[in-house]
Amino acid sequence: MATKANNQPLETAPKSVDLSRFARRNGLQIGIVGVLALLWLVFLTLAPTTFGEWAIYRSFLQSVPFFGIVALTLTMLVIGREMDLSFPAIMAISVTTFVLVNEATGNPWLAFGGCLLTGFLVGVLNGLIVVYIGLPSLIATIGTQFFWRGMVNVITNGRSFTLNELRDTPFRELFVGRLFGEIPMQMIWMLIVALVVWFLLNRHRFGAHVYLIGDNENSARLMGVAVNRTRILMFALVGVASAFAGLLTALEINNFFTNLGEAYLLIGLAAVFLGGTSVFGGVGTVFGTFVGCFIIASIQPAVVAIGWAGFTTQVIYGLIIVLSVAMHTLLRQRMRIG
Amino acid sequence: MCRVAPPGRPSQNSLSLFLSSFLNKNLVLFLSLCCQARIMAEQYRLELRNISKSFGEVRSLRNVDLRVGMNEVVGLLGDNGAGKSTLIKVITGYHQPDSGDIYFMGRRIDRLTVQRARELGVETVYQERALADQQNLWRNIFMGRELTTRFGFLDVKKMREETDRLMRGELGFTSSAVTPDSAIKGFSGGEKQGVAIVRALYFDAELIILDEPTMGLALSETRKLLNFVRDIKRAGKSAVFIDHNIFHVYEVADRIVLLDRGTVAGEFRKDDLTLNELLEKMQHVAETGTLD
Repeated sequence: MATKANNQPLETAPKSVDLSRFARRNGLQIGIVGVLALLWLVFLTLAPTTFGEWAIYRSFLQSVPFFGIVALTLTMLVIGREMDLSFPAIMAISVTTFVLVNEATGNPWLAFGGCLLTGFLVGVLNGLIVVYIGLPSLIATIGTQFFWRGMVNVITNGRSFTLNELRDTPFRELFVGRLFGEIPMQMIWMLIVALVVWFLLNRHRFGAHVYLIGDNENSARLMGVAVNRTRILMFALVGVASAFAGLLTALEINNFFTNLGEAYLLIGLAAVFLGGTSVFGGVGTVFGTFVGCFIIASIQPAVVAIGWAGFTTQVIYGLIIVLSVAMHTLLRQRMRIG
Repeated sequence: MCRVAPPGRPSQNSLSLFLSSFLNKNLVLFLSLCCQARIMAEQYRLELRNISKSFGEVRSLRNVDLRVGMNEVVGLLGDNGAGKSTLIKVITGYHQPDSGDIYFMGRRIDRLTVQRARELGVETVYQERALADQQNLWRNIFMGRELTTRFGFLDVKKMREETDRLMRGELGFTSSAVTPDSAIKGFSGGEKQGVAIVRALYFDAELIILDEPTMGLALSETRKLLNFVRDIKRAGKSAVFIDHNIFHVYEVADRIVLLDRGTVAGEFRKDDLTLNELLEKMQHVAETGTLD
């Protein structure tokens, strides 16, 4: 029904106009796909044995979701002109809840609920601090990041927990098993999260309000958008996604370390900005971040496979991030008006 | 029942007589007084009583009374800082007054929010336009009250279609380069103002508030705007019209309210004074702070 109606304008308009309009409207996405394609060709040429094999792609599918799931919701937050640096700590405190409830009750499903609830509540707390006390979210979440990481260490006394007893259970299979013995389940979950976030941003009032708040908060307020509630909910969603991603990480390695998630802070943020989300709010796409995650994840293995020194990784990271964000900024200026 | 019978009509008197033979006479008297009170109050679409609002030390509004009739254009005049914008933001629910009461159609509204005001039929064209520049046209038109399908999803198709209709019609955009999906950051001042006005019209407002709507408009666009205010009146609705330009206000308003330093300094029916008299009075108020 809907597709029929959608096709009509396409038929009446000349094709060339449609193409250029498509290019203009999706310039940022086309740009980031171009970067990915270019990098892939370079890697394929310089390290054909590694990048010509399925194994490397399977390892991407396995490891990208651990930060990708958070990066997707973080995209929404950045579009809304906020920031959350506490997500790695939320990953850890939520998994702490998981292991404690699991140990106490022996019921991983109940522990799973507690894990997501912890993420939600910590996210809401971030939101409350930002909205009602009025701290800039960058600063507020630096603070809460230390607090929750500290709480993890206080609660666990710094010790790690093994999750071996969950091996081969349906619970673990559902989250980090291998679909058809090949595809990591966490990737399926990342796809689901991407669809949900895309849907929220593009087909739900909540997402429409996120864009408006990020673009011009005062206008949104004047036009009756529930600004405060929307912002708190944005933080809460990042919290829930962090909890979920944290649990996937711990389940995959059958272990919970208190510094879980620490490595994901910068690459998670980098994926968001690589994907073309503007730090000034109001602009950004789920698709861009999704591609950005894979770009970020491919750099380190590529550097190793090509045989450059490990230190080169960071140089490449830096180059690609600066160049891509510069590209987005230039594209955005050129797309001002058609 | 109360609404049907206006006070003083023979029908009500006979009704009262009829009822009094069955009921306590005092009760009937009380009821008819209630009816009367309601009908009196309902003569106004909007009534503000004794509104005060401060921001820190600054008392922006002091005991302001304002009434807008059922089919009336009220012009609001005043210098910079007279409290015009604060007053309209109280009406639109953006600011909550520190004290005083707000009545819509005679009914007291306890906590007026932007959403509530919109439900009551108040639409506003803000001085600051209240647009989101990087967002496209349809998102701006439906800002804050996006159309949804039965399942609560955004009805993007319908919003695009409606925006396209408004664009070709009321907004008068004919260029094929502008579509409902065009970001509005490239629009001219007049075009942006057009978006803000069309947005206010779309939702069937009963009371339209225009805060400095002619600012940045070309001459022909200003003409169009003033005609549009006359159309509001002709359609049986009401408007509050705020403008720096006294000539514009005088041209379309039925009644003019002079605001000065947060209080109402004077109130005139347009028919009772000439433009020159109005100018003199305004000057006097500006100099002395009072009308006399």
